[in-house]
Amino acid sequence: MTRDTHAPEAAPIEIDRLLADPGTGIIVCCGSGGVGKTTTAAALGVRAAETGRRVVVLTIDPARRLAQSLGLSELDNTPRPVLGIDTAAGGSLDAMMLDMKRTFDEVVLSHSTPEKAEQILANPFYQALSSSFAGTQEYMAMEKLSQLSHEAAEHGTWDLIIVDTPPSRSALDFLDAPKRLGSFLDGRFIRLLMAPARAGGRAYLKVVTGGITLTTAVMTKLLGGQLLGDVQTFVAALDTMFGGFRQRAEATYALLKDSRTSFVVVAAPERDALREASYFVDRLDQEGMPLAGVIVNRVQRLAAAGLSAGRADAAAEVLGEASVAGTGSATAGLTEGLLRVHADLAETAERHHAQTTRFVAGHPGIPVTEVPAAAQDIHDLDGLREIGAALAVAETPGVTPGLTRDAESRAG
Amino acid sequence: MADPGSAGRFASTRLHIVSGKGGTGKTTVAAALAVALARQGKRVLIAEVEGRQGISQTFNVPPLSGAEERIFADRSGGEVYGLSVDAKKSLLEYLQMFYKLGRAGSILEKAGAIDFATTIAPGVRDVLLIGKIYEAAGRRTKGRRSGDLVYDAIVLDAPPTGRIVRFLGVNHEVAGVARVGPIKNQAESVNRMVRHHTTAVHLVTLLEEMPVQETIDAIADLRTAELTVGAIIVNQVRDPLLTDEELAAISADTVAGRAEAVEAVRTDLTGAGVKATKVMVRGLFAQAHDLADRVALQAQEDAVLAEQGLPLAHLPTLPGGVEDGGLAVLADALIEEGIV
Repeated sequence: MTRDTHAPEAAPIEIDRLLADPGTGIIVCCGSGGVGKTTTAAALGVRAAETGRRVVVLTIDPARRLAQSLGLSELDNTPRPVLGIDTAAGGSLDAMMLDMKRTFDEVVLSHSTPEKAEQILANPFYQALSSSFAGTQEYMAMEKLSQLSHEAAEHGTWDLIIVDTPPSRSALDFLDAPKRLGSFLDGRFIRLLMAPARAGGRAYLKVVTGGITLTTAVMTKLLGGQLLGDVQTFVAALDTMFGGFRQRAEATYALLKDSRTSFVVVAAPERDALREASYFVDRLDQEGMPLAGVIVNRVQRLAAAGLSAGRADAAAEVLGEASVAGTGSATAGLTEGLLRVHADLAETAERHHAQTTRFVAGHPGIPVTEVPAAAQDIHDLDGLREIGAALAVAETPGVTPGLTRDAESRAG
Repeated sequence: MADPGSAGRFASTRLHIVSGKGGTGKTTVAAALAVALARQGKRVLIAEVEGRQGISQTFNVPPLSGAEERIFADRSGGEVYGLSVDAKKSLLEYLQMFYKLGRAGSILEKAGAIDFATTIAPGVRDVLLIGKIYEAAGRRTKGRRSGDLVYDAIVLDAPPTGRIVRFLGVNHEVAGVARVGPIKNQAESVNRMVRHHTTAVHLVTLLEEMPVQETIDAIADLRTAELTVGAIIVNQVRDPLLTDEELAAISADTVAGRAEAVEAVRTDLTGAGVKATKVMVRGLFAQAHDLADRVALQAQEDAVLAEQGLPLAHLPTLPGGVEDGGLAVLADALIEEGIV
């Protein structure tokens, strides 16, 4: 493809090829909050299933109507079949919502003896950690992904896992959470907390003991002795699981880096969302994570292309003046209104185009797919099919768009 | 000094907590609210707690360093200061202030205890983040006019609706794990502040199904947690631009009627200097119909919000984005809508 330096263009993501490739085992959708990540994950799931893949979609916190459209009425941490999917091509679609606490409990149960597990599950610090720690959701999403991946490999239940990621405060949280918890469990602080329990009669170097005593004293002062006590009991009970936790974190990280995994960064054509997408793309690149490309949702398209916002406004002005002067036609007011509507849409479309173009210029070689804004909110399977078709049509940024309605025929 | 001539509904509110679904423009609205308050001569602090640098981007200033920096000045003498609250820095500051723990602070840091407290210990991070807001809200000036509060109003660009109750409900979170000690005391002070009658939680939404549903859920959750919901601020409201009669004129249900409308508009366009094809005119009609559909959906969602019985403010869509004076337009709209 020739590259025009003034108007950078990116190739679109070849969605249908990605979905059909038996080498694609996992697709991770990530991006900032409110860009349509869950909808995108669900739309990819529906399209893949209807073209013959056996798919499971893991969602984190879907909007109520969207969840209903996937048949997810309860949060029970188990994949359930989605009804209404066309299974003629031999595919299937299951979907589930993540239950963060239950997933954490399962990890504990699978890694310790029943007595130890009971002790951990009853610990107040564990209870708070498993239900409210800011990074637990990220960590557990990845944990659930490993579980599903394991189940898929073992029983052949699914051949494609699509994961929606938590609405992280920043894009980085989601990659860092497993490592952060892993390094916490492995780190100096844990050893320090364990020291009183372990030291027993052993003679520690005085300077070490001094440091520990001071640290413990400050922690006690700050958090209160009872919290520190809970943490110590928790850590002691968890002791036997540390190896397991670290191994799991490493395995998950390896799974994300695997060539069977593809990351899809989802964004909206707005400054903040694209900046977040930028961070994500750069970060995935640094970590050597496989990026399929960027999906920019809700891009404003024009039905009356070829008329700029400026010209529409100027013409509306002329008609407005004529109306005031009483020299306009009977439809002058209507035409002026049509031009004003167009001018606003065209200005939005121009801004979206400028934002996307800037992103493309800053990330040469990365596939970018634009999805036109839908006139209605999406909350049923047909809506998801339409989004999937629009994704597969693979519009090129900067090129006159095709209309969504044509998508089905061209893609099919 | 505060309140010169302001008659808005939340004129006496000192702490404005702004939340909303992701992607609704929460940060933009928080920034517009800060500017609206500064327009009335107030000294305002706008703070973010998620380290996204959304405030500096919205005000188009260099990234905030963690100190309070002046980022906007109004002719009335009002000012906006920006702050990106950092949990780690707040904890060290706090240790220094109350315990003079210079050395212990660094030992804690080395041992990973600061990381533990600011990222892993449940709820502690949030206590520290709002704790900083609490400190700024109660801070008084030193020197000549000592004793005055430093800030007339504080706008907090808070976490999104999905996390807001947990964020503001720190006391409950922390009480579960820390039953005594300074963190517990801090949590209680914060708790009093967020429930005070001069504090309001405003919710930003769009007139779309999912954000509206999430707003209604958040109102119920906030009320259950006994937090005061302030205004619902509807962002990006679209104007229909055409009257019902005009829409009816381009919706003629006969082929001849449609062709006639297309021809009439085409003639108008040519007269105004736009060479239009029939395809373009039909495109203009289609756009107007799409917008009319959107506006009808808006009206439905707006009615749902009106049932909540809360003050409702509407902000216009800015086709050009917040750059280029868009923030000022939104600030004016907030004043006109009687919010501040």
